[in-house]
Amino acid sequence: MASLDWIRKRFPIEPFEKLLRKKEVPVYRSNLFYYFGGISLLLFGIQVFSGILLLFYYSPHAGGAYESVRFIMNKVQFGWLIRSVHVWSAHLLIASIFIHLFSTFFMRAYRFPREFTWMTGVFLLMLCLGFGFTGYLLPWNELSFFATKVGTEIIAGVPAIGKFIQTVLRGGEEVGDATLGRFFALHVALFPMMVTGLVLIHLIFIQFQGMSTPPALENKTLKTLPFFPNFILRDCIVWSLTLGLVLVLAVYCPPPLGAKADPFAPTPQGIRPEWYFMWMFQTLKMLPGHILALEGEQAALLVMGILGAGLLFIPWLDIWTRRGKRYSPLTYLGWVILIYMIFTTILGYLHS
Amino acid sequence: MLNRVMGRLDFIRILVRGCFLAILSMTVYPILRYLTPPKFRLPRDVSVTAAKLSEVPPNTAKIFPFGSKPAILIHTASDEYKAFSAVCTHLNCTVQYDQKASVIMCACHNGRYGLDGRVISGPPPRPLEEYKVALRRDEIIVSKG
Amino acid sequence: MKITYGYFLALFILLAPTMVLAENGEQKKNSCVECHKLIDDENGGVVGLMAHDVHAQVGLSCADCHGGDPSSDDIEVAKSPQKGFIGAPKRNEIPQFCARCHADPNYMRPFNPNLPTDQFSKYQTSEHGKRNAQGDDHVAVCSSCHGAHGIRRVNDPLSPIFKRNAPLTCSKCHSDPEYMKAYGIPTDQFEKYKKGVHGILLLEKGNLGAPACHSCHGSHEASRPVETSVGNVCAQCHTLNRDLFAASPHKKAHDQMKVPECAVCHENHFIQKTSDDMLGTGPGAICLKCHKQDSNGYHSAKAMRGFIEDLKGQVSQAETAVVQAEHIGMDMSDSRVELDQAVTLLTKARSYVHSFSPPKIESITKEGKTVADHVKQAAKTARAQWVTRRKGLWVAILFLILLAAGLFLDIRRREKKS
Repeated sequence: MASLDWIRKRFPIEPFEKLLRKKEVPVYRSNLFYYFGGISLLLFGIQVFSGILLLFYYSPHAGGAYESVRFIMNKVQFGWLIRSVHVWSAHLLIASIFIHLFSTFFMRAYRFPREFTWMTGVFLLMLCLGFGFTGYLLPWNELSFFATKVGTEIIAGVPAIGKFIQTVLRGGEEVGDATLGRFFALHVALFPMMVTGLVLIHLIFIQFQGMSTPPALENKTLKTLPFFPNFILRDCIVWSLTLGLVLVLAVYCPPPLGAKADPFAPTPQGIRPEWYFMWMFQTLKMLPGHILALEGEQAALLVMGILGAGLLFIPWLDIWTRRGKRYSPLTYLGWVILIYMIFTTILGYLHS
Repeated sequence: MLNRVMGRLDFIRILVRGCFLAILSMTVYPILRYLTPPKFRLPRDVSVTAAKLSEVPPNTAKIFPFGSKPAILIHTASDEYKAFSAVCTHLNCTVQYDQKASVIMCACHNGRYGLDGRVISGPPPRPLEEYKVALRRDEIIVSKG
Repeated sequence: MKITYGYFLALFILLAPTMVLAENGEQKKNSCVECHKLIDDENGGVVGLMAHDVHAQVGLSCADCHGGDPSSDDIEVAKSPQKGFIGAPKRNEIPQFCARCHADPNYMRPFNPNLPTDQFSKYQTSEHGKRNAQGDDHVAVCSSCHGAHGIRRVNDPLSPIFKRNAPLTCSKCHSDPEYMKAYGIPTDQFEKYKKGVHGILLLEKGNLGAPACHSCHGSHEASRPVETSVGNVCAQCHTLNRDLFAASPHKKAHDQMKVPECAVCHENHFIQKTSDDMLGTGPGAICLKCHKQDSNGYHSAKAMRGFIEDLKGQVSQAETAVVQAEHIGMDMSDSRVELDQAVTLLTKARSYVHSFSPPKIESITKEGKTVADHVKQAAKTARAQWVTRRKGLWVAILFLILLAAGLFLDIRRREKKS
């Protein structure tokens, strides 16, 4: 490694090398799930990269956003590929983060000493959902316009501060030019900055703390692999295949642009959010008008808020694991929620 | 034995590095092409280059795409530039300029519009939407609103 | 002098209240309304109807049409012929009754300088007017269409002669076989019109550009158009087609045969949406009504239909190609604009059928075919590009798989060694 030697003589990189070499990855049946953090990282990198490229031509105002995306897709060479990769990589990123989160949850890897790693991870998921929500509007097409209208309508249902958040997000009473500007700022400036910071913290935590082993296997002696270079090389294989998958999807299923948003047109049929919001959307649709003293919608938002907070603070809520119990009822609750999410998502697609 | 190991080692190294380079170049190439500005300008819903000055001598007109619909640019005999939506308000045929009568006419049902877009005769229920025209060096820019 | 002054003062004091009242207008005495309100029910609600009457709105009152003295409470005085009381005119006198004002430009000018004053003279030339003059009490008079009390302006959508309502108003008499019995004319015009292209546009779709009965027959001058004038009637809107027809060999032939220009092929009341089947030599072709097989006209008709079918086929092929290209995710918005152009040329070719000149139609369809060809070419290019994209993808995938395989071998080698 001649080039590394060249650097070594000039910068003290040994601590980093040591950190990389220190970590060991346990080898067992569910080992496969260890790759999803890496996959998410790669996809996030693709997002940053393709996103910057899209910025070269995108123009964030209602009069030109749709036209500029259309321009990127038709007139700019390989523009169709960049946009398509950005869209598909976003879908896969969110899917990969969900898998990463649920595998971490079921392996109870959030327990001591990884509480903060878990919390940064939950924040990262929420930010990525925010990315999805804001990015969906940017092409300013009919479907995204009305989905955003409905989405921000739901936010207004949050008690006390809902209306305020809605007005701030929309930049006014209605979804319009101002909304596009705000979503654009969030999507390309604030969220990327926050995610980059959180990802760095997340990665440093992981390198320091090493890989977690599920409680059930904790007492067994497992074969381990050094993270560097053995595991990272395996990561590279997975990354190649992921990149291949992104490309195949991008070329074979290019995301349609649809018709330009017309704020004065009646809401078209079959408005639905992106798939990762479908379970929430479907839940809101299925709710009765009133639950106890609350409006149905408000009750759902309350439950979702509690779930979100619960997810964030699971390391402390899971007193069973903290006491060293082999099974935690929260794990079963997690299964129930996962099955519910899958079920309502399917239901949502069947209904529309 | 040693030779066999060396041979295989070289093969793997070449394979990995070669493929890596190939993929890298297959990434860089589209990006370089992407960054090259396209021949066409960014088409805006709000503004488009309709024609070069030389294309429309007085008392002629040109049909050009504006967004996804045709529009008509007219250089009138009195040396004015006018632009309208070229979609007839009757049954969506594309209108044309009638040089002899100095009117915009639709061949489908002989709807006639004046050079202000208003209906002169025939079945069109509404006037043609008028666009703004501006001259920039030798180009004629048409914009909405 | 002193007396004169006192006299004027007294007069002023006496008149002052009436002057105020006169200024308010509404306070002006109207004994007609006062009495007729009380017996309004037996009178068909005349007073109530007058609320939205255009004459009342411009400040005219009962006496302005019916005469008499509304300032008197005494029915004998108010309705005395000495005070000019006319009362209700006889039915066949209604035209003259209305014409007292409506045929007088000097009277009408202050109310509406643009309102014509020739309705009565036109009416006298109409079928209705002529028969009315002969003492026929059945024919339409002003009030048959406009109503009597509660007359609305023509552009008031609730007026019985508002364009969209006019056909139904005419049909009240003209579709009643019993009522029309004495005149021996058909009574199915409204039924036919309603199903025809104009009726559908006006009555169903509310397109006020479409003609109602009076657009072709005239309103006050209503009568049956003579054969030779039919072309002029249609040319009010269909100028181009009429111009083409007038310059065509058909014009002379129709004139000689004393048949109407347009109505021979298109009918009069039951005008159907045109279709290509009307042209040519196939079933439904109108040309065959006159042109014998293997005559010149027969061959021209066949040729014209051929050109149009040819372009139609090309346009639909081009559209399919565009749709297919769009379906695989290519953007064809520029081609869509061109496609519109080709469709316009097809419509133009169809219009030019009225020139009955195959070469003219051929030159238009040729132009259309060039545009359609260009669209097809663009769709082909788009498809070729689509194929190239896929090829490029699989080259990239190949390298990615090779890279993964190389890495796999590398890992195996490393882990075997240790």
